[in-house]
Amino acid sequence: MNAIDIRKDFPILDQKVNGKDLIYFDTSATSQTPAKVIEAMNDYYREYNSNVHRGVHTLGTKATDGYEQTRMKVKNFINAKRYEEIVFTRGTTAAINLVARSFGDMIVGADDEIVVTEMEHHANIVPWQQLARRTGAKLVFIPMEADGTITLESVESVVSERTKIVAITHVSNVLGTINDIKEIAKIAHRNDAYISVDGAQAVPHMTVDVQDLDVDFYAFSGHKMLGPTGIGVLYGKSELLDKMEPIEYGGDMIDFVDLRESTWTDLPVKFEAGTPMIAEAIGLSAAIDYITEIGPEAILDYEQELVNYAYGRMSEIEGIEIYGPKERAGLITFNLDGVHPHDLATALDTEGIAVRAGHHCAQPLMKWLDVSSTARASFYVYNTREEIDEFIESLKRTKEFFSYEF
Amino acid sequence: MNFNNLNQLYRSVIMDHYKNPRNKGVIEDGTLTVDMNNPTCGDRIRLTLNVVDDVVEDVKFEGEGCSISMASASMMTEAITGQKLDKALSMGDEFSKMMLGEDYDITDDMGDIEALAGVNQFPARIKCATLSWKALEKGVKESDSE
Repeated sequence: MNAIDIRKDFPILDQKVNGKDLIYFDTSATSQTPAKVIEAMNDYYREYNSNVHRGVHTLGTKATDGYEQTRMKVKNFINAKRYEEIVFTRGTTAAINLVARSFGDMIVGADDEIVVTEMEHHANIVPWQQLARRTGAKLVFIPMEADGTITLESVESVVSERTKIVAITHVSNVLGTINDIKEIAKIAHRNDAYISVDGAQAVPHMTVDVQDLDVDFYAFSGHKMLGPTGIGVLYGKSELLDKMEPIEYGGDMIDFVDLRESTWTDLPVKFEAGTPMIAEAIGLSAAIDYITEIGPEAILDYEQELVNYAYGRMSEIEGIEIYGPKERAGLITFNLDGVHPHDLATALDTEGIAVRAGHHCAQPLMKWLDVSSTARASFYVYNTREEIDEFIESLKRTKEFFSYEF
Repeated sequence: MNFNNLNQLYRSVIMDHYKNPRNKGVIEDGTLTVDMNNPTCGDRIRLTLNVVDDVVEDVKFEGEGCSISMASASMMTEAITGQKLDKALSMGDEFSKMMLGEDYDITDDMGDIEALAGVNQFPARIKCATLSWKALEKGVKESDSE
């Protein structure tokens, strides 16, 4: 894997921000888009923009093929058993909401428990809170270790015969913790519970095999894996999706419509009411091609190299606090003593460095960390050690700037 | 070191208010208490005021946030102490105009608030600067409707 060559595929990276070469360390929020993905969507709009699953004309057929071939590509990419198990959604958030609404309402009752963790993104807490409120079920949290990890013993101690769903992230967007989903799925299933996984921070960065993990639901987003915004994926085991009711109704998802009642079409379109994200699906297809060409293992190795290097260099800075375990995905969340993260992010931005500052849509986790907000640098295939060196120097200058007695 | 822009944003008077905030704390028996969050970043502020005959006799703030939001709150408390409520609100209007880069009318008797003029060059930070003023506006509105 050669990051210097890869960078050439990303037109956006070739620019100056505030007079300095852009250093983009905010991939965990959204990844950048290679030219091939932009071109794929461009070609669609220039050459075969048409609605899917409807017309018999040539453009319509081509658009439908493009859309459905993406589904096949996603199926192979995450090794789903069947094509019908891939539902396109607006993103991870919409996918999790679909599971909580449709599947949750179907199987959760007043005496049941829904198990989550304190490291979840709001998208994987609020839908379950609402499900608990609707059904009267109890929301239970798996306790975290001091370093922001979860042990299987803790999972065992919380998951019981009362548990109906375990909802957990694969990779924490703040701590970088990589959860052992395969083992957690076994514990859930031993207790006759189901497992729903937020994979938004995992799929772009490592091999994900949903059959090997044996998860019941798995959600992720296109825009964090080099694809466009506005498209995501819900994987669900077909026997579960089959039993679930749609939560949106309209065109495309119907089988037969009478004046007073209707029936639904088969999976997966049953869950895709209305004109879907056609251009976005075609863009996602090109993004998967791009990732596949590099190889998820090579991506993971390279990110590990970057994050370990960054961790080591950042640790040298006096007054820095890094949150989360040493063994982590390619992101580092931190605070610099005496500098509020927003001031830090503004200072870095004046030097062309984009990092995230705030609560990262994880307010319960901020509370657990006992901070109001943090800064986060996240890395991907187009980042380099040289950029990390620049970042370290800029951090040091920022610290010095704010330590003046004004 | 290329922090010229940063120097404009973080002028010494701002950092002084940040590091030595004025009127920090809570008025235990205040006539008006208002809480405000900035949900996008986690900043939060609580204003307590003692308003007598429509005049801000005393005001204190506490909260958590970046230098811009906390300095702005500190400056605001100085600016509105002793002022009539409607005057305090109109100062907030002028402050908003300054943030938006429009013509504004801020006079010397309003203390240091004009030092924040440079924030309008940093669109992502305007909400930080206006948090305390928005809290004031919300508090007055709520007390009017009671």
